[in-house]
Amino acid sequence: MPEVQEAPITIQETGAKAGRFFVRFTRAQRTMHAVLFSTFLGLAATGLPLRFSQSIWARRLATEVGGFGAILFFNKLCAIVITIAFSIHVKDIFTRGIMNREKGIFWGATSMVANWKDVKDIFAHFRWFLGLGPKPAFECYAYWEKFDYWAVFWGMMVIGFSGYAMWFAPFFAHFLPGWALNAVLVIHSEEGLLAILFIFSIHFVNTHLRPGSFPMDMVIFTGVESEEEFKTKRAVEYERLAGQGKLEARLGSKPATWLVNFSRGVGAIAIAIGLILLVLTLTAYFGE
Amino acid sequence: MSRAGNLQGSSTASWAFEHCGMTKRNIFGMALVAFLLVGFAPGRALAQSDCLACHADKGLQDAGGHNISVDGETFAKSIHGSLKCSECHADIKDYPHPEKIAKVKCDTCHSGQATELAGSVHSDGVEHPCTSCHGDAHAVFAKDDKRSAVYPLNVPKTCGACHGNNGMAQKHGLATVFPSYLDSIHGSALTKEGLLVAANCQSCHRSHHILSRKDAKSPTFKANIPNTCGICHAGITANYYDGVHGRAVAAGKMNAPVCSDCHTAHAIEQPTAAGFRMQSTPICGSCHKDKFSTYRDFHSQLGALGGYVETARCWDCHEAHDVRPASDPHSPVHSTNLVTTCGKCHAGANLSFVQYQPHANARVRKLNPALYFVRLFMNLLLVSVLTFFVIHTALWLIRSRYEQVKKAAEGGPHA
Repeated sequence: MPEVQEAPITIQETGAKAGRFFVRFTRAQRTMHAVLFSTFLGLAATGLPLRFSQSIWARRLATEVGGFGAILFFNKLCAIVITIAFSIHVKDIFTRGIMNREKGIFWGATSMVANWKDVKDIFAHFRWFLGLGPKPAFECYAYWEKFDYWAVFWGMMVIGFSGYAMWFAPFFAHFLPGWALNAVLVIHSEEGLLAILFIFSIHFVNTHLRPGSFPMDMVIFTGVESEEEFKTKRAVEYERLAGQGKLEARLGSKPATWLVNFSRGVGAIAIAIGLILLVLTLTAYFGE
Repeated sequence: MSRAGNLQGSSTASWAFEHCGMTKRNIFGMALVAFLLVGFAPGRALAQSDCLACHADKGLQDAGGHNISVDGETFAKSIHGSLKCSECHADIKDYPHPEKIAKVKCDTCHSGQATELAGSVHSDGVEHPCTSCHGDAHAVFAKDDKRSAVYPLNVPKTCGACHGNNGMAQKHGLATVFPSYLDSIHGSALTKEGLLVAANCQSCHRSHHILSRKDAKSPTFKANIPNTCGICHAGITANYYDGVHGRAVAAGKMNAPVCSDCHTAHAIEQPTAAGFRMQSTPICGSCHKDKFSTYRDFHSQLGALGGYVETARCWDCHEAHDVRPASDPHSPVHSTNLVTTCGKCHAGANLSFVQYQPHANARVRKLNPALYFVRLFMNLLLVSVLTFFVIHTALWLIRSRYEQVKKAAEGGPHA
């Protein structure tokens, strides 16, 4: 395996100046995440009772919220909101990457597109898990973060398309064969299930619940992280920016206490809802 | 009610006794005084007024303490009002009459009904079989008279006296059908709207000749049910006999459903109402198990959730009564009719749209190969992604925790 950059082990080693905060996510990105997770929770909470309509909790929930009509209405409402958010994002990428020819969108250190370093990082990370090598250092977006992004991107297209195909079935039937209408139901429900299981178990643990970030990584809510965190979690990016002298350009201010507390509350609620839904999904799935 | 006991006095007698300071209840004294006061010519046919001379007394009782008074006015208006008492109480020829008199035999006149009753489930009635249903023997009215216990609007209450909760029905191990009937579409039409043509008990069970549903001659015997319901629902019965179920029943294949198998016998609901729509699919599914197990698409997923009644149930596509195989050109699920059938709910349904298979089973490769592979791909994707990341993240968790603990141990307070 090629050489792997080693991550600093302790905060002392980084020699960071205490109290500095660096911007990781812009306000627009944080808003996008907030819209995404709230609509996703809504879609999951309404999609699951549809997927597992035979289970007792699904029926009880349906009765509580005013029946199936209300559930489907809410599912479609969240779908519209998340579609708008997705369209804004795609348009943004298109404008920045293709119209304005902004660098680093489709290729390079800050791109979401996977590269050779990600492949090396996966292997190195596994070696570190097993105590066979040093902990790898990551760039702006680590391989699991890129996977999260593309999983959502793919899921959005697949679940979105199949959902709209069901919603406007007679219209889609103009250019889809009849069996595809059967297929979209299978695709929608299976891909939705995958998204729910993945986000509420893997994404939660990878990003929020693992030691080092527990109980949640606040950077997606506040947009900034401390210099120590930056240096430990994304040493390669830190070094690159330091080498280019661009580190100061990324300086942010310490997040306001209210924002931290507010974000903690919102995040805790989101994670709690997600975990409850995860348990319900697993019980329904294995109870089928 | 027609317990004609002893005649032991008259109003004249009781008047005499009151004036002698004696009690009305003194039976022997009353009989004696009546004998002295009234007197009679032996062999004279007794007029109503002669009997009422004593029996008009509202407090009149026999030796057993039973009230033996007769409301002459009501009796005169009743269907038997023109009859003399002795025409029913045939053993009373003279006054005074014996203390014990014979039970009135209604079959003297009503022999046809009596024969029917004798062959019915009510033949062993301990109580007087006629008055149990027709009410007070001295207040029997024609069945189209509102005052009659067997007037259509009064029939359920009359039958319910025994076949209701805690009644005779339970004693005999019968279902307590009265409450179910009252809440049914027939019962509410009858009780709430006073609809005379609404089916009451005897519309289906008959009145005198009630037979067990196990009896082949009974209108509630399975093979006879379509025709019994058809007395009123003629059009639907004709439809039913055109369909596969009706044809099977007509051919003697008795595992096919008749009206009551889907609609129940007593608790019949309005089929378009939410309650019936919600429970109707499992009813069909109890026989059509293979189709029920594949009715797992969104029609059923949505349909299973409380309160959503709009999604298609079996009979929305297959018809309820004139059910035909898909190969029959008259079937709503025949390929040439699908656009119309699906179009009932799905505006804009076209030929491609109706290729959708509501009973597709993605688990069976032979039946639905395309769907089978779509599901296989989606499942493989789900399993592989989750397997990889569960291993990945579990290892990561363990390793991170190990590092954390190690660091805490090394970097302890005195390190």
